[in-house]
Amino acid sequence: MSTHANKGTLRIIVVAAVMVLLLAWAQGDLRFIGIGPWDAYFVRILNLAAINTILALSLNLVNGFTGQFSLGHAGFMAVGAYTTSLLVMTPQMKKVVFFMEPMFEPLDRICIPFLPALLVGGVVSCVFGILVGIPALRLKGDYLAIATLGFAEIIRLILQNVRRLTNGALGLKGIPQVVNLWWTFGAGVAVFLFIRGFVRSSFGRALIAIRDNETAAELMGIDVFKHKLLAFAISSFVTGIGGGLMASLLTTIDPAMFKFPLTFQILLTVVLGGMGSLSGSVIAAFIVTFMTEFLRVVDEPLQLGAYTIHVPGLRMVIFSALLVIVVVFYPRGLMGNKELTWESLSSPVSRLLRRRVAS
Amino acid sequence: MSLLDIRHMTMKFGGLVAVDDFSLELKPGELVGLIGPNGAGKTTVFNCITGVYKPTSGQVLFNGKDITGMRPDLITRLGIARTFQNIRLFGSMTVLENVMVPMHWRLRSTFLEAACNILRYPAEEREMRKKAMALLESVGLAPFADYQASSLPYGSQRRLEIARALSAQPQVLLLDEPAAGMNPRETQDLMEFIQKVRKDFHLTVLLIEHQMRVVMGICERVVVLDHGATIAHGSPEKISRDPKVIEAYLGVERYA
Repeated sequence: MSTHANKGTLRIIVVAAVMVLLLAWAQGDLRFIGIGPWDAYFVRILNLAAINTILALSLNLVNGFTGQFSLGHAGFMAVGAYTTSLLVMTPQMKKVVFFMEPMFEPLDRICIPFLPALLVGGVVSCVFGILVGIPALRLKGDYLAIATLGFAEIIRLILQNVRRLTNGALGLKGIPQVVNLWWTFGAGVAVFLFIRGFVRSSFGRALIAIRDNETAAELMGIDVFKHKLLAFAISSFVTGIGGGLMASLLTTIDPAMFKFPLTFQILLTVVLGGMGSLSGSVIAAFIVTFMTEFLRVVDEPLQLGAYTIHVPGLRMVIFSALLVIVVVFYPRGLMGNKELTWESLSSPVSRLLRRRVAS
Repeated sequence: MSLLDIRHMTMKFGGLVAVDDFSLELKPGELVGLIGPNGAGKTTVFNCITGVYKPTSGQVLFNGKDITGMRPDLITRLGIARTFQNIRLFGSMTVLENVMVPMHWRLRSTFLEAACNILRYPAEEREMRKKAMALLESVGLAPFADYQASSLPYGSQRRLEIARALSAQPQVLLLDEPAAGMNPRETQDLMEFIQKVRKDFHLTVLLIEHQMRVVMGICERVVVLDHGATIAHGSPEKISRDPKVIEAYLGVERYA
């Protein structure tokens, strides 16, 4: 028993150490021994992948584990992104950006460090999540999806029209780029561990019970509405954090970014990875992010012998095809609702090794 | 004093009177059968008691407290647990986890303690696991603790439904056709099982059954419903001789 536990602890330490070394190498913190940083474009994709992981994990908590089909994530992301950005932008920068209409009085002078700003972004997003959740979570299925989608659009339109707070359709520029791989992967690991702990706890069992059979869950003494709202609140908090990180990575945001296609991309990731599988969401987030970037090639004019093919938007066609293929061959996503474990990783390898030894 | 007291309960769906002026008193420790042909309103009675439906009129008193139209989860917390006619297990969870779900509302830890597995939570989780395991042992499902609930054979799923209801630590257990779809041998086992848990857990049981033969063996009192109306009430012997019951329920021609 104790050797088993020790083996597990050792594995975690080794994985964590390898990850820290890789991140340090990629980020350029190992320059003193003459290696790194990695190509800036590649590092940027890694950052995006980590943020997409955070977003996918939070959507999976509501859609995958609780079984409530919510499509409001772009809205909560926008709230987090705007809150964080407005808090970290310097007063000088705010004066430059808000040239059409000046900003609201006290806010134009406020400037706080990134970490508290990020957390405030999460909290504000969580408050919006609760306010939206209280009416919306009384609905079920398609109606919930439509209602949350509507609320997300309302949030976006407010951001677009309260010009003295958000600079309207022009968006925000000059957001300090604080985030690097340490921020994005640090937040990613923290979110992963928190949500994993949550869904494995008694609260997670209550959520899965609601997903499996809502009537039975209620008749087993579970306050269904309270638990749906709890999942929704945690999810919108985490989404707000993801939005804040995204804003700081991109340094510029505008309301048009947070339209429905953004939610769709997160949903695609969750479905691809498997509803109800956290490791599936992580794997799918990296696959989708890297494909999005590397498939940019197909949107460019392609020279095939004597012909030039130029189909703008071919990338999205490939994504749609991918989704169809996944739904046909893996209806429950890459991982279903199973998790990637050491055993599932090591068993094919050890089987292969055993076969080698046997022959 | 009666434990569960249903007074003149009526449930209407539009023009349909599903349950008409239903009254029943359950004394502590009783095992009462509720029988009647298909569509007689038996399950509707259960749904009204457990808060799934709010009765159109009438009252449900539990330990003297009016629970009419209360939220289902709160009624369960007071001490009324039930099973379902069509099995409603949490299919993606293990057998053990299914039994742990009804313990969730007693949890004192906050969600932050639970997610980080700190402070009060680790001890509470251990305690829940221990209690759930003990319960599974007492109903003979312990060897299947780590099986996925939906992978169990039908008879065991029925048993798990009862175990899950027991895990809510009820005073009154409502069983909705626990023997549905079982062969005579399985039915016999189940009836013995019900009598055993009733004794071990000091329960008062209200049992819905479709087959008359089943309730005759174990129930002390039987209530017969037909088209929502109570047509007979009394000991099994009296019920089985009641001409109204035989006509409405068993069918006169078939047995003549």
